[in-house]
Amino acid sequence: MSEVSGDVVAEVRVTFKLFAMLQDYLPVEARRDNALALDVPDGTTVLQIIERFSVPLKSCHLVLIDGNYVPPTERGTRILKDGETLAIWPPIAGG
Amino acid sequence: MAWTRKILRVDLTKGTCKSEPLNMDWAQQYLGQRGLATKYFVEEVDPKVDPLSPANKMIMATGPLTGTMASTGGRYSVITKGPLTGAIACSNSGGYFGAELKFAGWDMIVVEGKSPKPVYLSIENDKAELRDAAHLWGKTTWETEEIIKKAHQDPQIRVSSIGRAGENGVLFSCIVNDLHRAAGRSGVGAVMGSKNLKAVAVRGTEGVGAIKDPKAFMQATVAAKKVLADNAVTGQGLPKYGTQVLMNVINEMGALPTRNARDVQFEGAGKISGEAMHEKRPTDGKANLVTNNACFGCTIACGRISRVDQNHWSVVNSPKYWGASGGLEYEAAWALGAAGGVDDLDALTVANMICNEDGMDPITFGATIGAAMELYTMGVLTEKQVGIQAPFGSAQAVIELTRMTAEGRGFGKELGLGSKRLCDKYGHPELSMTVKGQEFPAYDPRGIQGMGLTYATSNRGACHLRSYTVASEVLGIPVKTDPLVTDGKADLVKAFQDATAVFDSAGICIFTSFAWSLADVQPQLASACEGEWSMEKLNEVGERIWNLERQFNLAAGFTAKDDDLPQRLKTEAAKTGPAKGLVSGIDKMLPEYYKVRGWSKAGVPEKETLARLGL
Repeated sequence: MSEVSGDVVAEVRVTFKLFAMLQDYLPVEARRDNALALDVPDGTTVLQIIERFSVPLKSCHLVLIDGNYVPPTERGTRILKDGETLAIWPPIAGG
Repeated sequence: MAWTRKILRVDLTKGTCKSEPLNMDWAQQYLGQRGLATKYFVEEVDPKVDPLSPANKMIMATGPLTGTMASTGGRYSVITKGPLTGAIACSNSGGYFGAELKFAGWDMIVVEGKSPKPVYLSIENDKAELRDAAHLWGKTTWETEEIIKKAHQDPQIRVSSIGRAGENGVLFSCIVNDLHRAAGRSGVGAVMGSKNLKAVAVRGTEGVGAIKDPKAFMQATVAAKKVLADNAVTGQGLPKYGTQVLMNVINEMGALPTRNARDVQFEGAGKISGEAMHEKRPTDGKANLVTNNACFGCTIACGRISRVDQNHWSVVNSPKYWGASGGLEYEAAWALGAAGGVDDLDALTVANMICNEDGMDPITFGATIGAAMELYTMGVLTEKQVGIQAPFGSAQAVIELTRMTAEGRGFGKELGLGSKRLCDKYGHPELSMTVKGQEFPAYDPRGIQGMGLTYATSNRGACHLRSYTVASEVLGIPVKTDPLVTDGKADLVKAFQDATAVFDSAGICIFTSFAWSLADVQPQLASACEGEWSMEKLNEVGERIWNLERQFNLAAGFTAKDDDLPQRLKTEAAKTGPAKGLVSGIDKMLPEYYKVRGWSKAGVPEKETLARLGL
């Protein structure tokens, strides 16, 4: 729980993962695992987390929550729930 | 015209090498490489032939853009009847060998018969001869290349050869060129070995001329290269992280077949990923990845060059693996790693090096180890039978079994027959993760439904490179589709299959298709090749090739029953991830696919379909 302007705001714990070239936007200590545990206010959207870490939007190509794709049109409204994992990749491919 | 208009026919039984004119009528219908060589093959070989008999033939074929200035224009394919599957085999390789063959003035080499003793084929422009290879038999591909270059006193000779696996009849042995590029799948190396052909060494100095419209071709290739450079995938992602960047993606999506597809997510994926290859090791402070690497004419450069820690237990007494060499691609890292639950990056790198050195397909091999580990874990196989402990997760087992298989020692002989024969022998055929006898690669059809249909219908047995729907279902190329649904996948798979057949027949790499559509390839072909090469014609050529391969397989004895997935994928639901609770919907997709293809319910092309395609 955290306090904002005297109000108690509930928090959720999520895991934030950045891969490939985007891992440089994670704190240094989180880069080896590509993952960071985050406590964020309840109601935080995917887009807000992306902006908090200054990840260029045009580089957020593949955005997954618990492995499920989040299309660009839903990133500003999709709220992270407690225990979810948000993972993001730039444009990549393989085979 | 881009084609050299010449093929080299090598009769190993008679010991002759003869030049023949290329059938240009067929070139207009099948383009080159995969398509054109398949046409030659089906016209000349009985579909019922024993793949390892002298009556089988093996064709090494370039495409019209091979050796030209088209980006990635360095490809060649090996077409034969595969001993692992009994189906048509077509294995594609990059490196520099294909372009050199074209520079020597040949569109393809048709190899037939069987030499009474080991030989290698030496080609220097229009001069081709068979030479004694007794001194090369028993050597690795790396040793073979070095010995041939020294013998000819020419470091620029390009060598394509088999290692000990191909000599020993390993049914998934491959043909390796330029040290670590390979015509990898379906056992084409075993066919070469069965013919006592150790290597093909080629030196060409003639270049590739006779482009139909050189100025238009130059403009088309420059424009197409700009598309690759400007695309974030081919311009940045693949050069930096290679195919291995997929390890974490596919694992997050719950589509990483793990421990012989018991699971769909691997807890050790991060340790063997593309990102991990960039990390400095705690042991020696150096990263696994040394640099990226490009094949002939490639402006993407996705290849990996790696170096392992010299003090790693797997190489501490083997200095030959201390230097930089071909590193892990995604499929190899998955097969040697996740498929057996192994997360030791350096061990996997070394196992992959041995596969390159002795010529083995790491996909089938790794998946076969995964099946063996499951049999071991169940108690069906014992330490006494295997010769070592082989539980899931054992990196030591992976390294030792790789050596044993390559050298044809002990239990390695059984592994060398692939997982289908192994699991059949030990009474558990359901544990072989194969289609038409070939192991499927690194995408679980429960989590990526389109890949189930891809595997089931692939003409060369389970394979990702016949219709890579991962591009659409995961990566959003060209459009994003839902990986968990079956709707629309029949059309998607057909479209990918037909387009891929064109890329594979042109002499270029399929990885260009992450940025190029056929519309980017068409201007290059149209300006290089004589004749009319419209989009409509290219689409038709792709579909024609697919149906030609299908007809060969049907004549070889395959039926609709062979267009199926392992029971595990249809009855054991994914335990975790987005696909939790799902099985493959292959039974729904397959009838739709037959209909889209213009095939009967029995999977046989209808007369109208064949007539439309001129078959």
